[in-house]
Amino acid sequence: MTRVISLVAHSTKEYVCVMQLHSPVERERLERVLGEFQGLIYQRPPLRSSVRRSLRKKRVNSIRLVEYNGRYALLHVDCEAGTYMRKLCWDVGLVLGVGAHMRELRRVRTGPFTEDKNLVTLQMLSEALYRWRSEGNEDLLRKYIMPGEVMTCTMPKIALRDTAVDSIAHGATLAVPGIAKIQEGIKPGDTVALMTLKGELVAIGKALMSTEEILEREKGEAVKPERVIIKPGTYPRTWKKKA
Amino acid sequence: MEGTDVTRRGEKFLREIDSFCGQERRWITRIDEPTDPQYGFLPSERPIEVYIRNGVINLDKPPGPTSHEVVAWVKRMLKVERAGHGGTLEPAGPIA
Repeated sequence: MTRVISLVAHSTKEYVCVMQLHSPVERERLERVLGEFQGLIYQRPPLRSSVRRSLRKKRVNSIRLVEYNGRYALLHVDCEAGTYMRKLCWDVGLVLGVGAHMRELRRVRTGPFTEDKNLVTLQMLSEALYRWRSEGNEDLLRKYIMPGEVMTCTMPKIALRDTAVDSIAHGATLAVPGIAKIQEGIKPGDTVALMTLKGELVAIGKALMSTEEILEREKGEAVKPERVIIKPGTYPRTWKKKA
Repeated sequence: MEGTDVTRRGEKFLREIDSFCGQERRWITRIDEPTDPQYGFLPSERPIEVYIRNGVINLDKPPGPTSHEVVAWVKRMLKVERAGHGGTLEPAGPIA
């Protein structure tokens, strides 16, 4: 499941940040400059970062000026993963000519995870663990921790027959006969999540056929697994090992 | 038929995953067969240690420590071998 989270790490994010301007500017000019930072921008990561400091193209989907009082601007930004808000604020200040820096930052969305989706603090987690370890009560733990499968919520899904699960767990390509259920709208090249009929995540892969093709044909290669998640042996092997 | 109950609940869980982010794709049944309750688990019914190891937390990170530090703490608290995070959060506020 830790490999699935890297997909979340690369998903779009939303931030709310406070930008401090070193001198006031007219609201209209600020809005105009913020508009220039929407779309594709160039960014070099700041000194204090764990990534390679090369010039990169990043996509800013939107910047909304929520509030502005001449000194501080409250911004709501929707952008590609790996876009630095600190650098954005700094560069906006440069373009405005007065200089600016980021004062405060809060990420309010990471892919599908928004603040209203079961947000948990370390204290809550600690409490839930205590409740389990000392009292034997799992209720809070099961509430605060969600099944990793929710990370696939944006991906179209295919449910496998029990008999097909273990071969996929060993990296085999999924053939049409192994498919029990399929969601509409899958096209070749789509990233799809392969699930068991119980809802367990088996693997994430690339579709080789569309939903229509899969339903029409009796055989053929349907999905190529790229990341196997389920532990091999969870479901029984119903295929023969090559000699 | 054996396994129809867990199959039904599996189907429900699959819909719940999608509705987590407001998705509602239609499912088409190619082969109507149940899943064997003997193997695997409904994700919400995994034994607690397995549940934790395959879980995800939407964590409200405290402002001081780095994302990496928080992941290390969570690993220690949950006593798991591996944990990942959904993206480093850059340090906010004035740098001392």
